[in-house]
Amino acid sequence: MVIPFFVVVRVDRITMGHGAGGSLTLQLVKNHVLKALGGSPFEVPLEALDDAAVVDGIVLKSDSHTVKPLFFPGGDIGRLAVSGTVNDIAVIGAEPVALAAGMVLEEGLPLLDFERILESMRATCLEAGVWIVTGDTKVVEKGSLGGMIINTSGIGRRGEALEHNLKVVRRFRPDFRARWLLDSNLKPGDKIIVSGTMGDHGVALLSFREGYGFGYELKSDVAPINRLTGMLLAEVGGIVAMKDPTRGGLATSLNEWAEKSGVGILIREEAIPIREGVRAACEMLGLDPLEIGNEGKAVIGVVPEKAEEVLEALRSHPQGREAQIIGEATSRFEGVIVETQVGGRRPLPPPLGDPIPRIC
Amino acid sequence: MCLAIPAKVLEVSGSRARVDFGGGVTREINISLLERVEVGDYVIVHAGFAIQLLDREEAEKTLKLWEEVLEAEGLG
Amino acid sequence: MFRFRDRAMAEKILEGIRRLKIGSLRLMHVCGTHQDTLVRFGLDSLLRGVGVEVRQGPGCPVCVTTNREYLEAAVLARKGKTIATFGDASRVPCNGGSLLDLRAEGCDIRVVYSVEDALKLAVEKRLETVFLAVGFETTAPSTASVLLTEPPENFTVLTCHRYIPPAVRAILEMGEIRLHGLIEPGHVSTIIGVKPYISLSKDFHIPQVVAGFEPLDLLMAVYMIARQVAEGRAEVENEYKRSVRFEGNPKALKILEEVFEPYALKWRGFPEIQASGMRLKRAFQKYDARLRYEDELAEVREAEPPEARGCRCGEILRGLINPWDCPLFARVCTPRTPIGPCMVSIEGTCNIEYKYRHGKRV
Repeated sequence: MVIPFFVVVRVDRITMGHGAGGSLTLQLVKNHVLKALGGSPFEVPLEALDDAAVVDGIVLKSDSHTVKPLFFPGGDIGRLAVSGTVNDIAVIGAEPVALAAGMVLEEGLPLLDFERILESMRATCLEAGVWIVTGDTKVVEKGSLGGMIINTSGIGRRGEALEHNLKVVRRFRPDFRARWLLDSNLKPGDKIIVSGTMGDHGVALLSFREGYGFGYELKSDVAPINRLTGMLLAEVGGIVAMKDPTRGGLATSLNEWAEKSGVGILIREEAIPIREGVRAACEMLGLDPLEIGNEGKAVIGVVPEKAEEVLEALRSHPQGREAQIIGEATSRFEGVIVETQVGGRRPLPPPLGDPIPRIC
Repeated sequence: MCLAIPAKVLEVSGSRARVDFGGGVTREINISLLERVEVGDYVIVHAGFAIQLLDREEAEKTLKLWEEVLEAEGLG
Repeated sequence: MFRFRDRAMAEKILEGIRRLKIGSLRLMHVCGTHQDTLVRFGLDSLLRGVGVEVRQGPGCPVCVTTNREYLEAAVLARKGKTIATFGDASRVPCNGGSLLDLRAEGCDIRVVYSVEDALKLAVEKRLETVFLAVGFETTAPSTASVLLTEPPENFTVLTCHRYIPPAVRAILEMGEIRLHGLIEPGHVSTIIGVKPYISLSKDFHIPQVVAGFEPLDLLMAVYMIARQVAEGRAEVENEYKRSVRFEGNPKALKILEEVFEPYALKWRGFPEIQASGMRLKRAFQKYDARLRYEDELAEVREAEPPEARGCRCGEILRGLINPWDCPLFARVCTPRTPIGPCMVSIEGTCNIEYKYRHGKRV
């Protein structure tokens, strides 16, 4: 008697895709997390799903880091944990002040590795001008933790730089009321700028972890960018929105802007800076660099009148040498569209889950 | 049908070769599907295997060839 | 020097097509990577502007692999074997969920870039590894080459490799769809050469061009077909000379013929196609996962899982209908909730249509 194999009760479970920062993650958050935890009365609440929340004027953000391996070309889990939370606070326009670090260590993690990671966290805090002031350390039995995971939470405050920036925005857009650089601030005509090359972190990790054996030229760009963004707000201004395009890459960030601001976004493929090595690795693995994560870059929405000045200021800063204006917001269509190198056009949808190499 | 991209041969040893896909992305691949591969050759690589030697002159000629074909149409 | 993406040249080729004044053309290609090039560079919108529609035939190895073959991999995964698979095949849903979903139930599924990475799992990590071997004549020689090195006992292959020419002939024989020309896959042809297509042009009086994968390659291939139509010719031309020789890659063909032999095999959306599947020859049957695990797979052999109700992937795969003609498209069947292979595979016609256009014309 043949057991009808295909009568299998489908038990919905969490899959890797839910953690990849794409539309599967968004669906999980919207259908489950928000339903349970939404409804707070604060200025920028959970529902905004913005880079950070604002509670009584204090900016708050939390981020967990489960990167494997712990050490990779260009960085490690310590630098990633500090930069991730600092950058999220910076791109909403606030000045990061202090972090809490919750660390879960796996039984058997060499103490030497733990010390290297702590040293890297110290150096990154110094670079960003923040302190880790509290936290917690737990240990779990040897299992699938891959050595260690870190959650960093951080607070930031409103600063002079943001006030100056918003004043400049209102010079060109008198009806501009927003108090923070939110995903919903973009208007048709605003220019889109990226602070540097796309896809560096994701491809460096993928090639190192999957053992594709690429040479080590592919390095992660993991770094705090709060000094760069602070300079732009204080010295130039006119910036309406900023994001750090991490999991899901530029495609996810631009789609969030398009949806929350109710604008279309047109970008020109030729203008997007991508390292030759990242382009080659992506073509070899059948991946789209615009869907690959970055950990030390900003994508900036700025009023058209100040775009050139913001670009010039970026390029004068070590972290912005390869900045480019890649496109603008528009009212002609919905969603994000790419004008390709040969003049054709294609929509750029939010990625579903993690990029998976393909051969066909 | 299948994703395959050009790469330049840096080293050859038996049925293995190290190739450069561009921008410092190098990888070791299998060249047992080709008769002979020398350093400096360009090969087309699919799923870790070189499946053909790329004809450089042909590549350089391609653009010129297209120009001629279109010129014949008065589009030069 | 191998990048052909110049915008001015693209406009010149399009103008060349327009000047041939041959009205509207419907062409077919049989290659997932051609479909990606068409859509990623927005060529389909450019070509529509000069009256040319390019449809995808049974061209992505993941789409044409049947439910039963995926089910075999899923059964072996659930029975503790390590399944090594290309990324493309890891997301195809099959009754108990895709291979990737099975990871959540504790199965050992490894996405590999090359068959050599799969072999490493067996050799270095001593895992009982089954390589899910999808792909056509471009990919099969690498599987054959690894088997010729006499891998260890704990490495077997669940072969789903297929030959392309028989499928192209099947579409033309069915004659269900009026085609003005065929764009032939550049990398399959890098292995098999130009020769196998000649009889198709003769028997069905249809122009064919072997094309590369840069945007200008594809535009030029369409131009060459349009010119044949204008001059009433029906020949095979080779646009991808930098990689495709007339006789293909003889050494790879020899390796392929040493390890595999043709047999009649069902393709998704097609009746059985003669001599279209690749089976391991007797000398290599010790590496055949279907023989090695005959008992574990017995339950699959009888239970040929039906296609989901209302799924019209078969007609899409034969180029008969477009995604928006299917009742499930973008309503019940989406990339997140894929029903049939055309929506699942990243190279599938419906996945690309949904992802890149959400059904609206750009």
